[in-house]
Amino acid sequence: MISVEEFAKNADQWFAEHTPRDVDFMMPLTFMEVGTDQQFEFLRDWQRQVYEAGFLGAAWPSEYGGGGLTDAHQAAATKAMRKYEAPIMMNTIGLSWAGPLILDIGSEAHKQKYIKGILSADDIWCQGFSEPENGSDLGNAQLRAVRDGDDYILNGSKIWTTHGNYGKYMILLARTNPDAPNKYAGLSFILTPMDVPGVETRKIKKLTGEHGFTQTFFEDARIPADGLMGQEGQGWKIAMQTLEYERGARGGQAGGYSITEPDPLEILNLARETGQLNDPVVQDDLLDYIIDAQAVNLNQQRAKIGPLMRDNPAGLPLMDKLVKTEFAREINQYALTLQGTRGAYYVDEPNAFDKGLWHRSYLNAFSATIGGGTSQIQRNIIAEHVLGLPKSY
Amino acid sequence: MSFDPQTLGRLGITEEQVELMDVAESFCRDESDIAKVRAQLDDARGFSQDDWTAIADLGWLGIAIPEEFGGVGLSLAEVVPVVEQMGRRMMALPFLSTTLVAQAILKGGTETQKTTYLPKIAEGSVATLALSELNGSFDLNDIETQAQRTTNGFKVSGQKILVQNLDAAELVLLSAKFEGQTALFILDASLIPDSARRREKLIDETKRSCEVSFDGLILPESALLDLNQSTATLSHIDLCGNLLGSAELVGATQTCLDYTLDYLRTRKQFGKLIGSYQALKHPIVDAYIGYEKARSLLYAAAHSFEQQGKGEVATRMAKVAAGRALSFSADRSIQFHGGFGFTYDCDAQLYRRRAIFHDGQFGDTRWQKKQLARLLFN
Repeated sequence: MISVEEFAKNADQWFAEHTPRDVDFMMPLTFMEVGTDQQFEFLRDWQRQVYEAGFLGAAWPSEYGGGGLTDAHQAAATKAMRKYEAPIMMNTIGLSWAGPLILDIGSEAHKQKYIKGILSADDIWCQGFSEPENGSDLGNAQLRAVRDGDDYILNGSKIWTTHGNYGKYMILLARTNPDAPNKYAGLSFILTPMDVPGVETRKIKKLTGEHGFTQTFFEDARIPADGLMGQEGQGWKIAMQTLEYERGARGGQAGGYSITEPDPLEILNLARETGQLNDPVVQDDLLDYIIDAQAVNLNQQRAKIGPLMRDNPAGLPLMDKLVKTEFAREINQYALTLQGTRGAYYVDEPNAFDKGLWHRSYLNAFSATIGGGTSQIQRNIIAEHVLGLPKSY
Repeated sequence: MSFDPQTLGRLGITEEQVELMDVAESFCRDESDIAKVRAQLDDARGFSQDDWTAIADLGWLGIAIPEEFGGVGLSLAEVVPVVEQMGRRMMALPFLSTTLVAQAILKGGTETQKTTYLPKIAEGSVATLALSELNGSFDLNDIETQAQRTTNGFKVSGQKILVQNLDAAELVLLSAKFEGQTALFILDASLIPDSARRREKLIDETKRSCEVSFDGLILPESALLDLNQSTATLSHIDLCGNLLGSAELVGATQTCLDYTLDYLRTRKQFGKLIGSYQALKHPIVDAYIGYEKARSLLYAAAHSFEQQGKGEVATRMAKVAAGRALSFSADRSIQFHGGFGFTYDCDAQLYRRRAIFHDGQFGDTRWQKKQLARLLFN
């Protein structure tokens, strides 16, 4: 096996050479921001290049298309991506949710069928958890899956489906037993093809004015039952396991990153550019963000230091999503206030700072403070699972 | 120095830190329950001499003193977990001031002073700082007290405030202007007559302090610390004070949160445990997040403390976060205890008072941010 050092050197060299620069469209900073076909095709192609060079899925088993190396190898490659500010890996639901889940609990056939396409971005994955009437209350999902021989027949609707219009597969939370003793026990987790009759996606326009996700309708859609993960009735447990991959509380992801985290250096640069870096009032604000960014960064380091995690081992992992997404929302919001009269511009206006990037990032930041469990749900989770407080409902 | 998250703020921990954390955790828990803390609030001395002797025997007073001067030979990073645990149990011991005086002598004392005083401190002599004055300034150079050379040493004139645990102290570190610069002197506390001391009333009733008149006091030549080192020594005291102050704040925040959470888990209103109401649940989560962030910044500051520049930035960030964490946790703790929270019997007030006290020690949030702005934006 190639040594981590050697692999890291290769990765550094490769990303130095191949990271695309100066594209003539606005590069999505998070996978939720992919809104145009041009952005989608560009990022899909980029992911494929990274995979084929061996720097994505390096730790996934080679018999299914992975690199057959270790987590340390993949971490080295991801580090090189960050160093060269490489574009994001866009097939996130596959790379960080479905892929690790399939490798952990999927059948041999699942692994053979799905893993390589996830890595190469040939097969785009999306997530079908939320429903129009059941957003935060995921456990109340009502989309029906009725067993019919070797198939399930699906009826219902899923919403906020990122990449829904590009998706080939969906991880679906469906109700297989409406008479179960409680709402959670009636749910199942199914790997669902999207290119079958009866599945239709409709684009939803985001608050940014762009398209980025869909509502997905299922009308007597017949799918093979071999997509069931675990047993019928285990859907809630498996969905929660999947969320743990997403939150980084559990390892196994393919690597890379799907969200470019805001860098306080950029906000310093913006303050400098707008001539406000020497204003003590601005400095006072900036210091709050710098200290907070530093704390978020240090929390991640501390989470790996056992003796400093003894009192609340689940605390830092469970707050990670909340603190990062809220920080991103706040710092992007603050950036708008540094732009004076030009803060009134929006994306594509030539007079806008950084082409309106900050405005788009601020509005898009809500996708992360709402999606994957709102910040308010995150506080409930921390209160109940870390602080031992009683449930609210 | 400019802000660079790549090089600023690394986090690590030493085996010795972990060992001291373990010992301090059980010692402070066993020796300082809240009933004992409360019983000492009215006591003139304010701390247990037995506990002091015990921590001296454990070697805690010499953790960051080199072995050649009778210490353990570790660093302030190893003092941090000890102070954190003391803060967690609101343990009232003159540990911070004694450690800071040892650090001052180590940094700016003469060889004779080091060999005379450091072993004494390591063995258990209480030492304290006479630096602050009535102008309320956090700038340790912003002082009026004067020292003038006389035939038999130095003659001092001036007043100091917030001299902690003076009645228990054997040694006092005094700052005074001498030939236009701030000089430091180490003296026997017995030189200060009772008539020159006035007990002050502090917001944090676990602490003790005096206002002291130094007018007319004559100090021997040997009391003066190395003049060439005095600027560096003052800055070292300031940073050590902020590092260890942050540790005490972080420890207290943990207990304040535990105390409040206990109430939220047991108190019922409208037929439900009040901790199930999101109006209380969400702010207490925010307070908890503030605590965890402050703790990360604290241990990063401990880790990089010895590094020029970085150590100062990390320490000041930790003090900002720790001060805010305890202030917010304790403020909400009073509120969430309802009517009981308004009483003296509710421990929330102890924690709120502790946070206010620390704002007055080596700089509050605004002061730290001013220093950070100077360090990061220039």
